[in-house]
Amino acid sequence: MLVLALLALLQTAPTPPGEDPVAPYAMSDANAGGRPFKGVAMLEAFNGVAGIDRIVDDLVTTSQADARIGDIFKGQDMIRLRRTLREQFCVLLNGGCRYTGRDMATAHKNLGIQAKDMNALVENLQAAMRREGVSFPAQNAFLGKLAVMKPDVVTR
Amino acid sequence: MSPSTVAGCIAKLVVAITVVTASPAAAHEGRAGGKLMLTNGVTTIEGSSGGGISTWALIAGNETVDGIGGSAHVSVILLPDYRWESHGAAIGIHDRLELSYARQNLDTRDVGAKLGIGRGYTLNQDVFGAKLRVVGDAVYGSPYLPQIAIGAQYKHNLDPQVVAAVGGRNASGTDIYVAATKLLLRQSILLGTTIRYTKANQNGLLGFGDDRGGNRTVQVEGTLGYQIARQLVVGAEYRSKPDNLRFARENDWKTAYAAYAISKNLTATAAYVDLGSIATAERQRGGFLSLQTAF
Ligand code: HEM
Repeated sequence: MLVLALLALLQTAPTPPGEDPVAPYAMSDANAGGRPFKGVAMLEAFNGVAGIDRIVDDLVTTSQADARIGDIFKGQDMIRLRRTLREQFCVLLNGGCRYTGRDMATAHKNLGIQAKDMNALVENLQAAMRREGVSFPAQNAFLGKLAVMKPDVVTR
Repeated sequence: MSPSTVAGCIAKLVVAITVVTASPAAAHEGRAGGKLMLTNGVTTIEGSSGGGISTWALIAGNETVDGIGGSAHVSVILLPDYRWESHGAAIGIHDRLELSYARQNLDTRDVGAKLGIGRGYTLNQDVFGAKLRVVGDAVYGSPYLPQIAIGAQYKHNLDPQVVAAVGGRNASGTDIYVAATKLLLRQSILLGTTIRYTKANQNGLLGFGDDRGGNRTVQVEGTLGYQIARQLVVGAEYRSKPDNLRFARENDWKTAYAAYAISKNLTATAAYVDLGSIATAERQRGGFLSLQTAF
């Protein structure tokens, strides 16, 4: 009970316009699921925060339209997903953002994501990064951050 | 290699593909294949998935834990004094268990005459493999935990009289190994090593052990690769070998390779190989070419 009350207190930000409310959770950059890269090389490789935003938009749009995984996004709050995903990528790439979303285990726990869904998403991300002109070594280095999160995301 | 042998290899590959894809597993959930490009490896000369000469911890085929996949391959190695050819197929069950078969044929050309078995005598061997992924993921999870697999390769030499003539003790034998493989995404580097317990002479094509005893020894394989692009890995491999037979020296093997995924279902590998001395023929350096299809 006390924990719940505490958690409710911790979620200070109000629900942003256009988004659905979510169950209260403790907000922290640690929820992003990885330590940021040091320096600016990675951020530059992604063409800064503007590049990150384009990549996330591309990733979300192609994944929603993807016959392999599109169904998983149906009925979800895509406005929130785009916002939190941008924040997460920006935090990991040391772009000077705050991550206000949930941790990866909480965010994905009821989605029934399989290993091949993860790979499909990674392929879409690779394509989005390629279209943004991110070099292959930088793409892989970023994927390395996400790779560690797989056990939290893939629950089936 | 003559055009007719190329045609022969392609014909075999086509047959292998047809056999493999005819299995019901190919229709798994209507969306077969889920692995990222190249993360199924290529096929080794022993039919297991790996590099070209070293077995890796990867499981054959494009399927993940949720399905059953498979692969088929043909490979040729052109050396100054020999021509090697192998073909085979493998299935990967839930990215956990790999079962493989490969047929190896070594055309001894002029060396055959020298050894008294006849010019162009071809040594043949069947290799049946089983590999179990024990722990880890080559791509995902902690960068400090590689994918680790254990496996066995039962090798059945089809020329026992030649094995006996060169002093080999047995015409069949089993290699057992443990392999660890990791793609370090941060650095785009692929690392792998395999510890093999074997008594195979020249992979078993010259039998197993020698007339003095069993001679099982521990041998080491290593692989170091760099992923240049989604479809392209270049690297080098090393494989230490036993040296059991008295009639001829046996050397460690080295390769430098490039593996290119033409598509998710087709990977081509080309390598420069240095196989050292083989049955008294020195400095066997040449080219390795392999085509693998996977689903
Ligand atoms: C390591 C890989 C992944 C990362 C870094 C990631 C990141 C995120 C983030 C930041 C959120 C928002 C959290 C929040 O709302 O507080 C989220 C939610 C979501 N993710 Fe992922 N994700 C990954 C893999 C996947 C995969 C493979 C799928 C499906 C194919 C997927 C589908 C979803 C869906 C549908 C939501 C919305 C859930 C909801 O609103 O309740 N994610 N993800």
